Amino acid sequence: MGRRAIYMDHAATTPVHPIVLEAMLPYFSKNFGNPSGIYPVALEARKALDDARSTVAEVLGCGPGEVVFTSGGTESDNAALRGAAFALKGKGNHIVTSSIEHKAVLNTCHSLEEFGFKVTHLPVDRYGLVSIYDLEKAINSKTILVSIMVANNEIGTIEPVAGFVKLVKEKAGGKDIVFHTDAVQCPGALDLDVNKLGVDMLSLSAHKFQGPKGVGILYIRDGTPFATQQTGGAQEGNRRAGTENVAGIVGTATALRMVAEGRESNSQHCQRLRDRLIKGILSQIKDTRLNGHRTLRLPNNVNISFQYIEGESILLNLDLLGIAASSGSACASEAEEPSHVLIALGLPPEVAYGSLRFSLGSANSEKDIDYVLSVLPGIVERLRAMSPLASTNE
Amino acid sequence: MYSDTVLEHFNNPRNVGFIPDADGVGLIGSSICGDMIKIFVKIKDNRIEDVKFQTFGCGAAIATSSMITEMVKGKTIEEAREVTNEMVAEALGGLPPGKMHCSNLAADAMHKALDEYEGRVPHKSRAPLFKKGEGVRGGRGEIPSEEMERKPES
Repeated sequence: MGRRAIYMDHAATTPVHPIVLEAMLPYFSKNFGNPSGIYPVALEARKALDDARSTVAEVLGCGPGEVVFTSGGTESDNAALRGAAFALKGKGNHIVTSSIEHKAVLNTCHSLEEFGFKVTHLPVDRYGLVSIYDLEKAINSKTILVSIMVANNEIGTIEPVAGFVKLVKEKAGGKDIVFHTDAVQCPGALDLDVNKLGVDMLSLSAHKFQGPKGVGILYIRDGTPFATQQTGGAQEGNRRAGTENVAGIVGTATALRMVAEGRESNSQHCQRLRDRLIKGILSQIKDTRLNGHRTLRLPNNVNISFQYIEGESILLNLDLLGIAASSGSACASEAEEPSHVLIALGLPPEVAYGSLRFSLGSANSEKDIDYVLSVLPGIVERLRAMSPLASTNE
Repeated sequence: MYSDTVLEHFNNPRNVGFIPDADGVGLIGSSICGDMIKIFVKIKDNRIEDVKFQTFGCGAAIATSSMITEMVKGKTIEEAREVTNEMVAEALGGLPPGKMHCSNLAADAMHKALDEYEGRVPHKSRAPLFKKGEGVRGGRGEIPSEEMERKPES
């Protein structure tokens, strides 16, 4: 029997779509020019860059001048938070974020503390939702920046960001409070219209939506205070210096348009598989728990805690059967701590350590789900049989 | 990331289980830190007649637990005391660097079991580790137990 290869870690990364790769190829060698040049091979690159920017702007519902290409989601988050915080540091020093943000946001906030900024981490409820009342209480006269994600990468919970923005803008009155959101998990799943969301800044990462690794997008609404973090040439409207990654940017725009067009059918497909997997696990394996919200949830996210056993040992067994998933717990990723997201939900550490994330994609099928469901109960049973936490000998 | 020997022990762990009338039980780590190893020994004529383990943890924690039981079964207490965590890792063909500290504690657990047998520690590590039905607690109040789907074993 050949080894199966079932990939269920799309929240980590996705394969570059063949159409995207095709679109990128000419810009590595044939149209290799630097978009800043004035000769034909440069003008080709310039046109591709401008077209890509317009495509992204169309999907986000913004102007092309509000789109900045970066090296990825992490850089976009860094640039957004540092850019707004330093631009507004004469007006206040208070930043509000949630306790379940990606590390790119949390650790950037942490680093800003060393520059005198104060950070409030909003708690979440047991489903991972930030409370608008907590947000309202957190805003004070020193607040200059709020960063709350659209959807969480580990548990898939979708935050009501549009409502948060409305509240923040009301509380701000005339003064500047910049609202940034990390939307890295959202393309292909949710509407990315920045005017419906109302946000001032929004981060995306191309490799999460079948684009290449090493390219990100930062939307910056016109008029948003922003101190450039990467200085050098005048690229990206003086907001991000450095020769543009033309091939990568072309691929990013192609991929973003593709997933935006296929959003509804992809969401429906993933959601059907998601619900089948959740239902199957919870009904077939006792002492399991769905993490995140049941309905306010990314269509492709399944996050389950398996009591009494540790996530990496489950992952390793799945891997031996050709199934790629991930554990929120970090033993697998060589960090020492259990997932800060699961801890923020109120899970005890040993339950957080026993959690797995399956993130689905268009290539997954019902057969894949049924295969996972056919092997997972046995794996869990075997590991529980060796666990001192599950033992019935005492 | 793991050697073939680690994967082999992980897949076919030796001496899994518990010894009801163990002469010594050694427990190391905690569920809080993500790895917990419990070793049971039965001693006869100064030799480890039987040894079993229970482990909560990653692949390395399970493989080292399995390996230590193989390494010390039938050995005298003195011989078993000479086995170290490093020797277990070596016997497994090495462990990834990140695993050398957090998940390579099986020899320590075995030494603790011998300590208990030799009366150096009271027999307290046999107390229940996990209260059944505690459910999931913390955060903003208790998570209702119905969310932890419980289905009787059929």
